[in-house]
Amino acid sequence: MSDWVEACAAGDIDEEDVMRFDHAGRTYAVYRSPDDEYFATDGLCSHEKVHLADGLVMDDIIECPKHNGRFNYKTGDARGAPVCVNLKTYPVKVDGGKVLIQVG
Amino acid sequence: MTGGMVIIGAGECGGRATLTLRDLGFEGQVTLVGDEPHLPYERPPLSKEAMTSAAPVIKAIASDELLAECSIRHIHSVRAVAIDRAAHVVRLSDGSSLSYDKLLLATGSVPRKLPMPGLGGRCVYLRTFNDALAIRAHLSAGNRVAIIGGGFIGLELAASARKLGATVTVLEAQPRILMRGVPSEIAEIIHKSHEAEGVKVLTGQGITAIADDGAEVRITLADGREIVADLAVIGIGAVPVTALAAEAGLAIDNGIAVDGTLRTDDPDIFAAGDCCSFPLAVYGGRRVRLEAWRNAQEQGALAAKNMLGANEAHAAVPWFWSDQYGLTLQIAGLSDEGKSTVRRDLDDGAFILFHLTEDGRLVAASGIGPGNAVARDIRLAEMLIAKRASPAPEALGSQTVKLKSLLAA
Ligand SMILES: Cc1cc2nc3c(=O)[nH]c(=O)nc-3n(C[C@H](O)[C@H](O)[C@H](O)COP(=O)(O)OP(=O)(O)OC[C@H]3O[C@@H](n4cnc5c(N)ncnc54)[C@H](O)[C@@H]3O)c2cc1C
Ligand code: FES
Repeated sequence: MSDWVEACAAGDIDEEDVMRFDHAGRTYAVYRSPDDEYFATDGLCSHEKVHLADGLVMDDIIECPKHNGRFNYKTGDARGAPVCVNLKTYPVKVDGGKVLIQVG
Repeated sequence: MTGGMVIIGAGECGGRATLTLRDLGFEGQVTLVGDEPHLPYERPPLSKEAMTSAAPVIKAIASDELLAECSIRHIHSVRAVAIDRAAHVVRLSDGSSLSYDKLLLATGSVPRKLPMPGLGGRCVYLRTFNDALAIRAHLSAGNRVAIIGGGFIGLELAASARKLGATVTVLEAQPRILMRGVPSEIAEIIHKSHEAEGVKVLTGQGITAIADDGAEVRITLADGREIVADLAVIGIGAVPVTALAAEAGLAIDNGIAVDGTLRTDDPDIFAAGDCCSFPLAVYGGRRVRLEAWRNAQEQGALAAKNMLGANEAHAAVPWFWSDQYGLTLQIAGLSDEGKSTVRRDLDDGAFILFHLTEDGRLVAASGIGPGNAVARDIRLAEMLIAKRASPAPEALGSQTVKLKSLLAA
């Protein structure tokens, strides 16, 4: 079964922001939404493999820093050119002030 | 009539427009006509990743499968040669014709020709995938490449050529590289990075003669120096492709002239992307023509919407990026709208110049840094520009003040 791994402390990410998390040779993006929920997706944009954590979070959208491709980070859905391939999402829970994501 | 939607030019703009027509639920005929033999593809990689990869591949905007799934008819390797506006018909170079209800001209731009005698087969331009393949074949260790023109495409190509081990000289007639639209502080960083990578950059150097014997190019400079190269790539700007529109009697003004909704003076014909000039709402309707990828994409989508009757005005802020070595430059807005600048330093040597008008309105932001260091702040600046905001210069200049907080204000 896939494991829950600790990505960061809940306070490490501002509201409506994103952080990069690398684990076991993979990279993830961990988000805190404006209404204080946490989410996780693949860390790299599906257009040109750029780290999404350098991008801008607006409501439930992460915008890629390279060419402004957009994804809904809650569902992983690609939301605007040039991106057309969705992001994989991962389950997240907050436990004792820590953000855990279920990788794999 | 059931001619449906016809799009001329299967580039960034035309490709996006056809997909958007389907996204918006249009069920009639959609026909995309392009004179290149390829699927619609992205041009930016041509001077960047595609040029340095061992075997360049097309980065298609839409695959054959997607076009088929969307019932988009793509006619390739064929030119539109005339528009009969009264009959609502476009004539094609293969002798066939297409009738249309609405027509989109997305014919793009082509490299400006160097108006000099002496050019031959070793003097080339970069616009298409086929151009890129031809240039790529000459870029290897030991080969000498002269790049005429210190603009974005030439400089990106210089960086790629260095990566492949070629000896590179950039010749710029102006006193510095990137004279157009890039602040000198940023141009200087780019200039230095090229020199650090071993590119010889000669500025303020007019060319007085070129001799191309098919094996070598000899370029004589104003000061008498001679540069000898195996290949000369000319990158001195682009000109919009307007002949088809002009011959059909449509207004031309530094590009096919359209209104804010991207309509030409014929209500059934639209133009978008590199080929058109349009009023830029964010600067009070100043007429501009952009040669920028995101603009082509956004205008393609907007034209599609308006072809379906939306009548929406283009409101976007111009945005551009360039990659050279590990550096990325991003510019939001047109910096010549500003009178003064405020500098914001970021981590790792990255910085942003904010361009303000006399009365303090933010009109543009130019940033440079490693990787995507400036991306987030440039994007926020773009939103501030769109809001026509006048943020306090001290706040813009201080890295500790989050730009996002200025947006909320
Ligand atoms: C090498 C290179 C690097 C670039 N890098 C960047 C970058 O880093 N950042 C950025 O913002 N922008 C960049 N650009 C600019 C960007 O690619 C253009 O702004 C964009 O391609 C414009 O899209 P378009 O669809 O308007 O025109 P185009 O992409 O030029 O497409 C127009 C198409 O129409 C075809 N056509 C013309 N006339 C006819 C006709 N009569 N019948 C049929 N077909 C016709 C043309 O052959 C062409 O295929 C770059 C451009 C190049 C060439
Ligand atoms: S790399 Fe993300 S949009 Fe291009």
